[in-house]
Order: sequence, then C-alpha cells, then structure tokens
Amino acid sequence: MIVHAARRAIFIGLVAGIAGWHLSLVGLIPAFAQRRLVGDALTFSYALLVALLALAAYATGRRYPGAVQRIPWGILSALLSSLMLFLLALLVTHLNLRQILLNATPELARVLTFGGGASGAGLVRLLLIGLLAGLFAGGLSALPRPWGRVIVSAALMTLLLGLLRDVLGPLLPQVVTSFLYGTAGLSLAGALVTFLLAAVLFTLRWSLRAKAVTARATAAVPATLRQPVTQALLLLILASVPLWAGLFLSNVADFVGFYILMGLGLNLVLGFAGLLDLGYVAFFAVGAYTMAVLTSPEVGQRFTLDFWIALPIAIVTTVLAGLLVGLPVLRMRGDYLAIATLGFGEIVRLLVLSDWLKPYLGGAQGVTRIGRPSIASWRIDSPQEFYLLVLLSCLFAWFLSVRLRDSRLGRSWFAIREDEHVAQAMGINRVTAKLSAFAIGASFGGLSGALFASLVGSVVPASFSLLVSINVVAVLVLGGMGSLPGVVVGALALVGLPELLREFQEYRLLVYGIVLIAMMLFRPAGLLPERIHRRELEEAVEEAREIAPAEIATGRG
Amino acid sequence: MALLETFHLTKRFGGLVALRDVDLVVQERAIHSVIGPNGAGKTTLFNCITGFLVPDAGDIRFSGTSITGLRPDLVARLGIARTYQNIRLFRHLSVLDNVLIGLHPHINYSLLDAILRTSRYRRAERTAEREARELLAFVGLTGKEFFTAVNLPYGDQRRLEIARALALRPKLLLLDEPTAGMNPHETEEMIRLIRRLRDERGITILLIEHDMKVVMNISDVVTVLDFGEKIAEGTPEEVRRNPRVIEAYLGRGAASGLGPSTLPLPGEA
Amino acid sequence: MTIAAPHRFTGGRRIDISQLIVWTIGGILLAIVLLGSILTLRAGHYTAAQWRDFVVFGIAQGAIYALIALGYTMVYGVLRMINFAHGEVFMSGAMTTFFLADYLNRSGFLKAHPWISLVAMLLFSGLVSMTVAVLVERIAYRPLRGAPRLVPLITAVGASFFLQYTFRGLFGSGVRAYPAIPVLQGKLWVFQKTQIAVFVGVLITLALLVLFLQRTRAGLAIRAVAEDREAAALMGVDVDRAIVTTFAVGGFMAGIAGVLYALVFVQVQFFMGFLPGIKAFTAAVLGGIGNLPGAAVGGLVLGVIESIGPSLFFDGYGIRAAHQLKDVIAFTILVLILIFRPTGLLGERLGGEERV
Repeated sequence: MIVHAARRAIFIGLVAGIAGWHLSLVGLIPAFAQRRLVGDALTFSYALLVALLALAAYATGRRYPGAVQRIPWGILSALLSSLMLFLLALLVTHLNLRQILLNATPELARVLTFGGGASGAGLVRLLLIGLLAGLFAGGLSALPRPWGRVIVSAALMTLLLGLLRDVLGPLLPQVVTSFLYGTAGLSLAGALVTFLLAAVLFTLRWSLRAKAVTARATAAVPATLRQPVTQALLLLILASVPLWAGLFLSNVADFVGFYILMGLGLNLVLGFAGLLDLGYVAFFAVGAYTMAVLTSPEVGQRFTLDFWIALPIAIVTTVLAGLLVGLPVLRMRGDYLAIATLGFGEIVRLLVLSDWLKPYLGGAQGVTRIGRPSIASWRIDSPQEFYLLVLLSCLFAWFLSVRLRDSRLGRSWFAIREDEHVAQAMGINRVTAKLSAFAIGASFGGLSGALFASLVGSVVPASFSLLVSINVVAVLVLGGMGSLPGVVVGALALVGLPELLREFQEYRLLVYGIVLIAMMLFRPAGLLPERIHRRELEEAVEEAREIAPAEIATGRG
Repeated sequence: MALLETFHLTKRFGGLVALRDVDLVVQERAIHSVIGPNGAGKTTLFNCITGFLVPDAGDIRFSGTSITGLRPDLVARLGIARTYQNIRLFRHLSVLDNVLIGLHPHINYSLLDAILRTSRYRRAERTAEREARELLAFVGLTGKEFFTAVNLPYGDQRRLEIARALALRPKLLLLDEPTAGMNPHETEEMIRLIRRLRDERGITILLIEHDMKVVMNISDVVTVLDFGEKIAEGTPEEVRRNPRVIEAYLGRGAASGLGPSTLPLPGEA
Repeated sequence: MTIAAPHRFTGGRRIDISQLIVWTIGGILLAIVLLGSILTLRAGHYTAAQWRDFVVFGIAQGAIYALIALGYTMVYGVLRMINFAHGEVFMSGAMTTFFLADYLNRSGFLKAHPWISLVAMLLFSGLVSMTVAVLVERIAYRPLRGAPRLVPLITAVGASFFLQYTFRGLFGSGVRAYPAIPVLQGKLWVFQKTQIAVFVGVLITLALLVLFLQRTRAGLAIRAVAEDREAAALMGVDVDRAIVTTFAVGGFMAGIAGVLYALVFVQVQFFMGFLPGIKAFTAAVLGGIGNLPGAAVGGLVLGVIESIGPSLFFDGYGIRAAHQLKDVIAFTILVLILIFRPTGLLGERLGGEERV
C-alpha cells in the first residue's frame, strides 16, 4: 500500500517536473518574469511555478480520503517537482545549451529558483515553496465542499486582477486604482481586499446556486440571468463599453466579438450538428474578401458599393460557399470531414494568395481602402463605434442560435450529432439538416469576416490561415461544444486575454494545443457545459397563459 | 391484408449472400417474428426494409407501393419505425427530446416560425410535447422526461427506444431483439407492452427475437431464416415441428439432446 | 492490412440532386485539367528533358510522402483514427537532427565519414520521432480510446499544434539549413545524387518494414490487431503494446523521412510538418487508407502529379506563376479523393464506414 502510494507520488512529481521543464524551455515561464501580479515579489512566472507544484500535490492527494494521507503524499510530489526544477536550473547554469535551446539562459535559472540562483540558497527556496505549495494544496482539498473551490476561485480572481493592471488601471476611478495597484501589480492591501471580496462573492454565488439547483434541476442558464432585469442590466453594461473603454480595449473587444460570431457559427456546425469543420476560416475569408472586393476601389471592376449593400451580398456569398463546402462532404465521417474541410480552407487561402487571381483579389499584398459603414451623416469609423455594430451582430447571432436550438431543426442537428443513422431512421433528412447547419453556420462567419474587413480597412491572405480555424475550435472546446455562454467565455479567455498580454502572443498556439488536449482529457464538456437543455416550452406555456395576448402579438410581429 | 411484402429479396456483400430470394408477407395487425441462427440475415432484412441497404434484387412493398431503394428518412415518414438490437438512443439528450426527435416528421412549422416564435410554432411545439408525454406515459416513463437518456436503467432505455419509434406514428414497427439482456420479469413486461402496441394502437409488429419463449408466446406468424434463405414459415406450433428448422439449429452443434419443444438457439448460449 | 466492412452502404440506385451537383463539379474540374494539359502540350513550352526532370523530382518527393504516409496508414489500420499529429512527428525528427548534423559538420566528422554520419543522422532522427509518436499516443490518444470519434480527433489537432509550438519555443522560429553532405553533391546521369539517396533510403526502409511486419512477433501482433482488434485480444495479443509498436514504427519512418526531406530541401523549421503531413495523408487515402502498398503507390502518384501538375494543367491557360498553385493541386486531389473515392485508387475497403 505504502509502496504503491509512494510510487504514485513519485510518478506525479516527476511528470509535473517534466511539465515544468517543458514550460521553462519553450520560454513560457521566463516570458512572464517581468509581469508582476502582487507587490514586487510575485511575478506571473512564480505564480505559474507555484500553481504547477500545487497541482502536483493536488493530483497526488486527491485519491486519498483524509488529510492525514493527502498532505504528506502531496508534499512529496511537490518536493520532487521542486527538485526537478532545481536540476534544470543547475543544468542551465553550468552547461551552455543556448546554442540549441533558446531559452536555456541564466535568467531562466533565476526564475526557476525564485530568485535564489542555482545554489544552496536557491535549493532551499525551491524546496520551501514546494513544501508550502504541497501543504496548501493538501489543506485545500481537505476542506469541506465549497471552501476549497471558493478559495481557489478567489485567488485566481486576484491574480487576474493583478495581471490586468495595465488595462484596468486607467479605467477605474483614480481612488480605487491608487489603492488597488502599486508600482507594478496589485498592492499588498489591494490584493488582500480583492481576495476577500472575491471570496465573499463566490461564497454568495455558491449558496445561491445551491438553492437554485434544488429549485430547478436543469435550467439552461443560471436562474438569475433569465430575469429581464438582469438581462437588461447586462445589455446596458455591454452597450456602454465604448463609453469607458479606450481605443485599445475597444479594439480588443471588437476582435473578441469577431471570434464570438465565428464561435457561434461553428457552434451550429460542430456543437449542434457534431461536424468538425477545420476549414471554418474559409467562410471568414469569403465574407472579408467579398466586402473588400465590393467596397474597395483597388481591385476588380473599379466600382465600389456602399457597406450596407455589400454586407448582405457578403453574407449571401458565404451562405453559398457554405452550401458548396457542405454538399460534397455530406456523406463523410468525422475525421474525413475534418480533413476535407481543412483542404477547402487551404484552397481558398492559396487561391487568394496566388498571382493568378491578383487582379481580382490583390494577391499577397491584399486589398486596402475597404469601405466603412455610415448611417446618414454618421460615419462608423473608430473601433468604439464599430463595437456597437459588432455587439449587435453577436446579439443577433446569439438570438438566432437560441431560436434554432429550440426548433425542430435544432433537434434534428442534435440527432445527427448523436447518431446519424438513427436520425435518418427517425425521418430526418440528413442532407437538409447538414446543409442548413453549414449554410447558417457559414453566414455567421461571413458576417464576422465582412465586419473584420471593414474595421481593419484592409485584408491580406495571412489573416486567413488555418490558425484561425484552430482558434475557433479551441474557443468552442474550452467553453463547451454546444454551449452558447461557453462561446463567449472561450473567446474572452482565448482571444481577449492574449490580446491584453503581449508576452502571451508568442505562446498562444502552444496554449491552444494544451487546451484542446487537456479539455478533452479532463473536462470534455467544457468549462460551461451545455446543459441537457430542458424544453423551455413548459415555462413558455405558463407564460403564455398569463400574458397570452401580448406574447402572441410580439410573436407575430 | 398484407401491410409489408417482399419479393425475391436478395442482398450480397461481396461474395457473401446475406439474403437470397426472400419472400415475406406481413399481415396487417399481426405480430410476426423472424428467427434464425446468428448470421442468418435477419438484421440485413431489417436494413433493407428501412432503406439503409439497397437490395441487389427483389422488391419491397409497403401498403401495396414499392419502397425499394427509397431513402431511409422517406421510408420512416411512410410509417416504418424500428428499434435496435444494441440500443441506440440519442444518448446525451433528454428522454423527452429523444421522443420529440421521433415526432420530427409530424411537426410542421417553417424556420421563420421558429425564429419569430409565432403562435404556430408555439402550438406545434405544445402539441408535440403533449404527444411525447403521452407516449412516455404509454411505455411507463412518466416522471423521467428530463433524465439524460444514457442515465436510464437498461429496461427503461429499451422502453424509451420504443416510445421514440412510436413517435413516428408508425403502421409497422420493427423490433430487433427487444428482450435481449432482460431478466424474466422485464421480459414479461416487454411482452405485455408489445401486445398492447398491437391491441391498443393497431401497430403491426415485425420482430427479431432469440428468446424462443417470447417468440412462441406472442407471435401470430414465425418466419425462419438460415444462411439468408427462408426455410420455414407458419404458426409457432408449425415452425417448432418443422424438421428443417430443427436441423438448422441442431445441425450447427449449438446444443444437443434437446427436443423440438425447447428449440435452442445460439444466441442464448 | 485491409479492413473488412461487412455492412457497407451501397448507395446503389439512389441518386439525389446533391450527388448530381457534386459530380457535375467534378466533371467540370476534370474538363479544365484535360483541356489545360492539351493546350500545354500543344504549346510545347517544355522540352522532354524538362518533363523528365519534373517526373524525377516528383518521384523523389513522392518517396518521402510515401514514408510518412505509411505512418498514417498503419495507425489507421490498428486504431481506425487519423493521427493528425503525424506531420509534426516528421518535423520533430528533422528539426532535432539538424543539431546533430550541424555538430557533425563543424567537428569535421561529416566530411571524414559521410556515410556513417548519414546513417547516424537517420537513426537519431528516427529515434526522436519515434519517442514523440509514442508520447503522443500515450498522452493524447490512449486515455481516450473508446471515446466518441470527435474526441481523439480534437486531441490530435491539439497535439499537432502543441508539438509545432513546442519546437518553436525550444529551437526558435528561424529557418535552419542542413549542412551539405559532400558525397551527395552533383548529378549522376539525370538524377541528383540526393535524389538517389532518397530512393535508396526509402527502399531500404520499406524492405525493413515488410520484414518486420512479416517475420517478427511484434509485426504479427500489429497485423492481427489491424485485422480484428477484439479477436486479437482474445487470442492473447497485447493490444496496447501492438498499438504502441505501430506508433513507434510509424514514427521511426517519419523520422527517417525527415532527414531525407532535409537532404533534398535543405531547410527545416517548426512549421515544416504541416504540408508534407497533409500531403502524406492524401497519399495514404489515395492508395486506400489501411493499405500499406497503397500508401507507397499513393505517395509516388501524388509526388509526380504535384510536380508536373502546375506546368501541365495550367501553363496552357497562360496562368501567371502556375507553380504557386502546386499546393492547390494537392489539396484539390485530397478533397476530390475524399469525395469521390474515399476507399482509394486501389479499391481497398474502408473500415469503420458508418455501419448499419
């Protein structure tokens, strides 16, 4: 028994150590050495290392019932990982590996040992921190049900707030900023207050939800969100973004919006109908290039159309593209479908890039001077103004997604996703079902592309690589395939956050890869899983009884 | 009157003949069983009838019109529903949604109705849900509407599969080993349910079954397939006495020393 | 290693409009290609020697595709899944071996013992790729065996990007150039010497693979699992081990392909696995996925088409810079083969097709 437990602890400690080596040598950990979260001491690099050690301890301890076993084995794992990290620091310091491994620098050794260096002092520091991390993780998991989660959530929240200092600082009132933040990262007092506040909030939320769960076993959205007041408030906050966010933040918000749109579109195809489309970027590209060709004076027939005329044309073109891609892949199975769609996406990109089509599509230099929309005399020009357009589009796509999900078409998609054969035996025409998913899903992508082209003002083929498709898939996988709130969360985390942290840009795709694997291994339903969505009709019927005339009137309108 | 007829139905897979010249007549409101050793072509027969396989020769007629080579979803819309030997539910959907998907061909509203939630959409959805609940009540699953299908106990899953098939409002229901893996008590209940399907709802049943007690108990007619050929047909009594049938089963060495009254089948072994 | 599908959808007499449209598009593409070829040949821009060089180059490139394709096809044979990260397995060998090659070059060993160096590089690259392939199987695929198809597919995509950006992080995003191997410079008759090295390397590897599969217990286990996994397990074959071996062997060949690729194209970087990976997959499907000789043939066919295609198909139309459309041809072949003949040119049956 003890031998077994020890082997397990050692194994996990080694695995965590190797993960630490990997993250260090690819440069992820040293990249954040300058990003201070709390005070001057706690950098994001250190936070990552501590999290790694704590995770090792947690993973080791979770098998055992009581704290008596959890904590010591957890600490063993964490200490082992610490030793591995120290070993790497030693290697990096004493061997010159920089010719091969870019990140094997003395700087890395310092980061790995929490500033102690590859010496006795560093070793002591590392082991001490390993011990504390192990204690912390073991202690947390030994706490009764909600508390561990509350503390972790609050700690993460605090770190996030520290991480976003440069972004949030200018937005908050002067008093709050100067209290919360120090010269870099949160001030100590600020961190403490944030942590406590967040803890209180999470506790409240947890107890509310516990009540809600007993009241209604399976609501699609947390109960509070459905109340019109909350909804209106949320809308108001969303709509007010351009007022308080600056140019930079609005720009980021726009890009998040483009990905939410694409995410919602791919969600119809992948989340609802279960068809993995790895060439989704093709629709984004078709939308963007249609907008570009129609509104820019540079290419094609040298005529230009107004944005508002070009937009519907772009969407219709994308729908046609969706049908064109959908038709031939109708009969394909999952993996072949993925590769075939990837092929389509690449074909589109390569054609756009070629000199052959340069007179029409601009070739490698792309197309510039793309038209911007204007309403009467108001020209929508800045990212702030554009944001409203993006927001409106996202709300529309969301609305459409919900309505489709709750219709017979939505159910036929689910049926195809679950079992295509049986779906057909239930009288569902797979041609119609799949093509409609492709076409409608494509239209969201096209809309996103058209808006993107207009906002940026130019399109180049490089913006439409496979990486965009992978990005959208990762957004869906993180949030939960089929889950609409998941799309938003996924886009915020995987598009918004990297835009805000410039050090992160370099490691974006590495993290996407990790997200795709880790989510499938540990949480395949995503962060915000699609609940088995209860037929809302039950409630709708009740509502209809109470306010029947009004409901029907709006329904007809 | 014959509801379903097949004429000289033949299906080959490469060199293997799964069905050879099978003539079958299923009378309306009958409970008609198809039996035969493993690999006799029973499931292939089902797949041909439901349109998932296109026969190489022969004809299938439903209510007098040919349905040979028709797309599966169109066959389903004509009123032929089926269940599967290894239960195939929409596992991650709710029990109610499973049945609502079965009602798909009978729900009529346009995409625009759904997007705008018109009164037509509301009415159609309401009616559909009522019907789905009735069907669930019929098979005895009331109160489990919002369970995830995969979380139901085994017997309930079988029943849900039948409810889903019923949602198509079929004239003909093909059941592929509905009692497989059930204990005697559950089997009893299933037999009762199958009888009720015919008696209360007027549905014709075509049944593949390995459990001879069930077959002998409820069938009006039994057809025996062996190596893709029909070797016998008649009432349960007649079939049980048919020497070719006994040979087909016993000749394989599946069991020995068993008299015709306890017709042994490899599927039970 | 063929996969039997007892109940295959025949489609027989059913023709619906969607099929008709697809076939029409296919027909139009074929007409364009044919017309273009006729126009090109009549214009006579190219000499016979040029066409011959195209073909020779295509075969060399195709031989490399074939080696990678074998990995796809073997994994498909045992697991019925596409190892999306296989292109990156190929890349990891080539990238890592650069440092060995560079070291050998600078120490002068490469000049003194070119053949030993070459063999060392091939083996080293094979081992690196093999390790990566086995790790990918262990971490990203094995825990998810039995999960819905979509799940390992997504982890495969994830593994692919994880590997790409891991190598980018480790070694940087720059392009590295392999040192030239003195004995492989210049031409022998119409062939570049590097091309000959590629042919020989591929042939030897293929011969070893056949020997391995036919003559060893591990090879027998792989074939048994490919034939029928459950039956193999019942007969006492260690299925997990057979699967790991498959990944290892496939990875090893991809590693060898990586060095051969570097001999011909010299430059390596972290993104180099993507295109050869997709093309090798195309080759595998072209030859009938799950079919070993098919993968080899598919690789050669694809290499040659890709090499002569841009000039032959498009030159006649006077299209500018037709060589840019080389990858378009490859991807179009990929899509077309998946649409019209997913069972491959050699007509092997496709396993795991939607069963009834």
